[in-house]
Amino acid sequence: MAANPCFSVAIGNTQERYACRSDQTLLGGMEQLGRKGIPVGCRGGGCGICKVRIEAGRTRCERMSRSHISADEEAEGYVLACRAYPESDLQLQAVARMARCIERHLAVTRSPT
Amino acid sequence: MALTGVLRPGHVQLRVLDLEAALKHYRDVLGLIETARDAQGRIYFKAWDEHDHHSVVLREADTAGMDFMGFRVDSPATLDKLAADLKASGLATDMQWIAAGEHLRTGKRFRFTVPTGHAIELFAEKEKVGNGMPYENPEISPDDLKGMAPSRFDHCLLYGDDLDGTVKVFTEVLGFNLAESVVAGPERMAIAAFLTCSTKPHDIAFIRHPEKNKFHHASFLLDNWGEVLKAADIITKKRVSLDIGPTRHGITRGETIYFFDPSGNRNEVFSGGYVFYPDKPPLTWTDDELGRAIFYHDRKLNENFLSVVT
Repeated sequence: MAANPCFSVAIGNTQERYACRSDQTLLGGMEQLGRKGIPVGCRGGGCGICKVRIEAGRTRCERMSRSHISADEEAEGYVLACRAYPESDLQLQAVARMARCIERHLAVTRSPT
Repeated sequence: MALTGVLRPGHVQLRVLDLEAALKHYRDVLGLIETARDAQGRIYFKAWDEHDHHSVVLREADTAGMDFMGFRVDSPATLDKLAADLKASGLATDMQWIAAGEHLRTGKRFRFTVPTGHAIELFAEKEKVGNGMPYENPEISPDDLKGMAPSRFDHCLLYGDDLDGTVKVFTEVLGFNLAESVVAGPERMAIAAFLTCSTKPHDIAFIRHPEKNKFHHASFLLDNWGEVLKAADIITKKRVSLDIGPTRHGITRGETIYFFDPSGNRNEVFSGGYVFYPDKPPLTWTDDELGRAIFYHDRKLNENFLSVVT
């Protein structure tokens, strides 16, 4: 059986890059970066904390709460990373709480010693 | 009868994004028993040791969260009296009667919104369908239980802004007691309230939060710590989204694990906790000891546990 294809995902906020299989959510792949500051909430599209905007590339998405992703936002490329799967290499930008978490913890990691 | 007025949590209606995925979770993983589906497509469940027709209702929607939580009262007369008391109190809004049968096999319900924005219901009648065992010379559990198989729906924890107003509705109008609270800062502002109408440490709880009408979790009762650990095994085996645990709460002393349904609504299964009698002095926790109050073992606050809601 052929393995699921694996795509490269770039996080614009931090210039990080990670590998994500087509059967793995963008959040699931990001969690495997294994660093602090990946804001993992419900993993079910309900709580809204893993909101990102897809800036380049294609995804397929499962249903997400309209409290957090409006129809207009969805059309503009906003998704919850826990509900979106890659269908090509991607560039994403974390927004709102996801951006605050991911940028704050990166700053801590990179601070001079 | 010593326990009168509001008897217990009777039901919670939750919104789910994908009904089929939710069905698999609540029936096969959590282990509730499906009892009905209605013309709107809602699915009804009960836990095995509940005698009423249902305690959990799932409704497919484009948002997750809680539609309402309902409490069973001891009689139709009490239902009418409490409805009148709520109207007279001026503390609740959006008050309305929901016709008998709107929830299958359930009498009329009185629905109202508390100051934290949550819709709460009272009802006096729901058909008894039993727990799968006879009322004379029963066994101790029915056959063919699935998943974690909690014995009952126990309580909800809800987030909202006007905590003081909501506590007032429950204590001054509905006859609940404050079992435990959390206070913050030198002014000792209440930030959490654990309210009981029974001999449990809580039947409903609220946490102060800037947004109205948020849902933190619905909780289900297991027998013992071993069953909580077994639930943890099931969470991994079934690849359920884990929140936190297994651990113990300082508040209520419950042994617990938290996880999410496929739409992101948090569930808890727990065991233990103390017995609350109405003359028991309330317990107060201060925010500088909040880590231990919430997670007694690792004594650390967890941002996701505190801030992820639907």
